[in-house]
Amino acid sequence: MPTTRRQFLSLAGGITAAGTIPIVTLRPLQATPAMLNTAIRNVVGEAQLRTGRVKLDIPPLVENGNTVPMTVSVASAMTADDHVKSIHVFNEKNPQPNIANFHLGPSSGRPQVSTRIRLADTQKVVAIARLSDDTFWQVAAEIVVTLAACTEEMN
Amino acid sequence: MSALINVPAKVRRGDVIEIRTLTSHIMETGFRHTVDGKLVPRDIITSFTCRYNGAEIFRADLFPAIAANPYLSFFTVAKESGKFEFEWIGDNGYSSTASASIIVE
Repeated sequence: MPTTRRQFLSLAGGITAAGTIPIVTLRPLQATPAMLNTAIRNVVGEAQLRTGRVKLDIPPLVENGNTVPMTVSVASAMTADDHVKSIHVFNEKNPQPNIANFHLGPSSGRPQVSTRIRLADTQKVVAIARLSDDTFWQVAAEIVVTLAACTEEMN
Repeated sequence: MSALINVPAKVRRGDVIEIRTLTSHIMETGFRHTVDGKLVPRDIITSFTCRYNGAEIFRADLFPAIAANPYLSFFTVAKESGKFEFEWIGDNGYSSTASASIIVE
């Protein structure tokens, strides 16, 4: 007897149902905006965080979150009494909120740092600069990520 | 040696120069699982330091959010001829060094 379409489909459906084993994967928790704020407060303390002076160069849309080029620069004369002490970069939704801390000084000449980072999701990246007068300046950028990094399975 | 360093060979005194470094390292985040569900332990570079004739001019604390084979670019003022020393320190006792010389006229 030739197999009808209906028979074939019911058989195929049965095999699929039997072959489905419930898969439970435990993903590490994402960092939350609260964790981002805690991480920022750990650096800034109670000081006021002002917006401006910092520039974050990062593509607004990235296809591969495993390597995202990023450049942070700060508007500063870089003299002995007016320079950038450090630059701190944070993220909102990677498994943990820190990206990097860069320590500079008046001998840096130009307050600009580049590196390549990982982004696990479409999210916000925040860069904060600490100046020699202990004021803090920040900038934020939204980045859309199509292929996530950090938590994928290994082959 | 597993590092690529880019420092200009000869510059004028007082020039602001760019230093670019690239080192090979897996930068395993510690958040990934193997197919059978085991957590892959973290293995990253946590600290990078650059010294210019012995004095520290740049330092970075790195986290798992830095991409594999960490690339860093930063600037300094060329003050005198001498040597840049670079040091990467990481998990599981990882340590790597490199150096580059510069002539300042």
